[in-house]
Amino acid sequence: MASRIVTFDLGGREVEVMVRPMTTLQSVLRNQLGFTATKDGCRQGGCGSCTVLVNGQPMLSCLLPVEDVAGQRVTTLESITPAEGLHPIQQAFLDAHASQCGYCTPGMVMVSKALLDHDPAPTDDAIRHALTGNICRCTGYRPIVTAVHSAAEAVHDAADAMRGSAGERAR
Amino acid sequence: MSADLNVVGQSVERSDGIGHVTGRTRFFGDRSFPGMLHLKMVRSPLDHARIIGIDLTDAERVSGFVRALTASDVPHNLYTILGLIGVEPEEEFVLAEDRVRFKGEAIVAIIAESEAAALEAVSKVHLDLEELPAVFDVEEALRPGAPIVTSWGNNTFMYEGHPCRRVRLGDVEAAFERADHIVEGVYNTSPIEQAPVETTGCIAVPEANGRYTVYTNTQALYFSLDNTAIILQVPGNRLHFVGGTVGGGFGGKVDVIVEPIATLAAMKTNRPVRFAYSRSEEMQVSSTRSAWRIYIKDGISRDGHIIARKVTSYADSGAYSRQTPYALTKHAANAAGPYAIPNVSIDAYCVYTNRQPTSAMRGFGVTMASFALEVQMDKIAERVGVDPWTIRFINAYRNGDMKPHRKLAEDATLIETMQAAAALVGHVLPDDLRAMTSAPRDAGPDGGRD
Ligand code: FES
Ligand code: FES
Repeated sequence: MASRIVTFDLGGREVEVMVRPMTTLQSVLRNQLGFTATKDGCRQGGCGSCTVLVNGQPMLSCLLPVEDVAGQRVTTLESITPAEGLHPIQQAFLDAHASQCGYCTPGMVMVSKALLDHDPAPTDDAIRHALTGNICRCTGYRPIVTAVHSAAEAVHDAADAMRGSAGERAR
Repeated sequence: MSADLNVVGQSVERSDGIGHVTGRTRFFGDRSFPGMLHLKMVRSPLDHARIIGIDLTDAERVSGFVRALTASDVPHNLYTILGLIGVEPEEEFVLAEDRVRFKGEAIVAIIAESEAAALEAVSKVHLDLEELPAVFDVEEALRPGAPIVTSWGNNTFMYEGHPCRRVRLGDVEAAFERADHIVEGVYNTSPIEQAPVETTGCIAVPEANGRYTVYTNTQALYFSLDNTAIILQVPGNRLHFVGGTVGGGFGGKVDVIVEPIATLAAMKTNRPVRFAYSRSEEMQVSSTRSAWRIYIKDGISRDGHIIARKVTSYADSGAYSRQTPYALTKHAANAAGPYAIPNVSIDAYCVYTNRQPTSAMRGFGVTMASFALEVQMDKIAERVGVDPWTIRFINAYRNGDMKPHRKLAEDATLIETMQAAAALVGHVLPDDLRAMTSAPRDAGPDGGRD
């Protein structure tokens, strides 16, 4: 079967890759583009370590033929890491010791990002539900749930602060 | 606290924390090298079989196939991981020779330009195997006439000429005669896969200076380097192992399995070679925690003191022993529990079967002893008619007590730990238990006991 060219948006820049049919997004990210923050714990949809966002929705990149994201917006951990410092979710994971070996962490951060983007103040249940597809063998999950809670607060406080200073300027 | 302590008592940021949350930590599998080849294994589909023939003709025709390695390509094909600390005999094969002893045992390594090509070639290797009877239960494996897994005629690891690790203190049989209660129990545990989220793997890279750099996620870097040097019959200084970044291990990455063959493949092809387990290999081929069967017989006096404990344990080592003989020694040292018992007899067997080999996992043989013993302690409490806290307090080690392996207890803290645990869970202990300490016993010979 012939290879074809697929174009998609990766963290705000357009990328073009030549792939054989059924090549996964995971394989393109890791092996062709060198975006290795996206992990590959199982390559069979079982662990969540390969989670990326496609148009803001969490997806398992190991099960996703790259042709399916043609023209779509793909976000990986690399693209949410700011040029300086850390994203509030990353900071919360660091502070709460929500990462031990670190192998599940990229997937955990990405599902947390998707969750907080559409539910800025999630309940404990909502957090646990969002994380059900992601396996962590090290932490026992509790520090991860704590990190997502404190990330939600941090994002909220930052938004408040922004509103506050905007209000100040208006006055 | 002493003023010159800069770290103790302080919260210190981990050096790899930022790498982990940003995904910049470089796990072995995040590396790639120009011209990197991929290694995949042809594995035994049977639990126990004689190898009659291996036909590579169709595999060699696969586009992208580079070469195959079989047992005769491995300079020193027979090894034992613990050989480095004097454990004998060498009994595991890097690649199977005339016999496979478990389902999943490595027979042929296929090296190809891509993972897909390697897998396709693996599927085209034809094995001619003659199935042999297999054994999957530790006690069946010890019965006369059982299929023999090892090459030395019985199915046990030999400890200084004995088929089991033995611990003896006092005279258990005489104490059983005197005991007011006898409590017996048998405890079985299943094999458990460590299941790290990152699977086992490595990349071996030939360097211009004739050395090989091996990027690996082993938990035992120098063990891996030294065993690889022995297997490949090269001086250790030709190998440079780079590790320390492990995506979860829990004992599952202490066996030296991927590095020797990947390094050999790099030597034979003069190209970087990657060998990483698939998730199913991690689950079905890599070592697990052993399954255990533990028999306990206790003799107890009317007032709840355990006066004799006899333990017979069997660890299912699977087809090769890996770290299990060592786990079993630790098990034997701990199989009477943290209790002062004057008469103890322990026989612990490391048994070979045709199951997936077993090795280290958190607790290394002690976890399973604790599980069996603490369930047994509850049974004893019920039989004697005292509560489960009391039975543990009155039998707990104190400083100066003799342990079954003839070491004096010097740092006993069980009593204080249980007092703290009771406080944490809001359990009010009676005054006599609250007043106990681990200080040496003073009352008469044997603390007024048997
Ligand atoms: S690698 Fe995609 S779910 Fe595990
Ligand atoms: S931190 Fe190791 S798997 Fe989650």
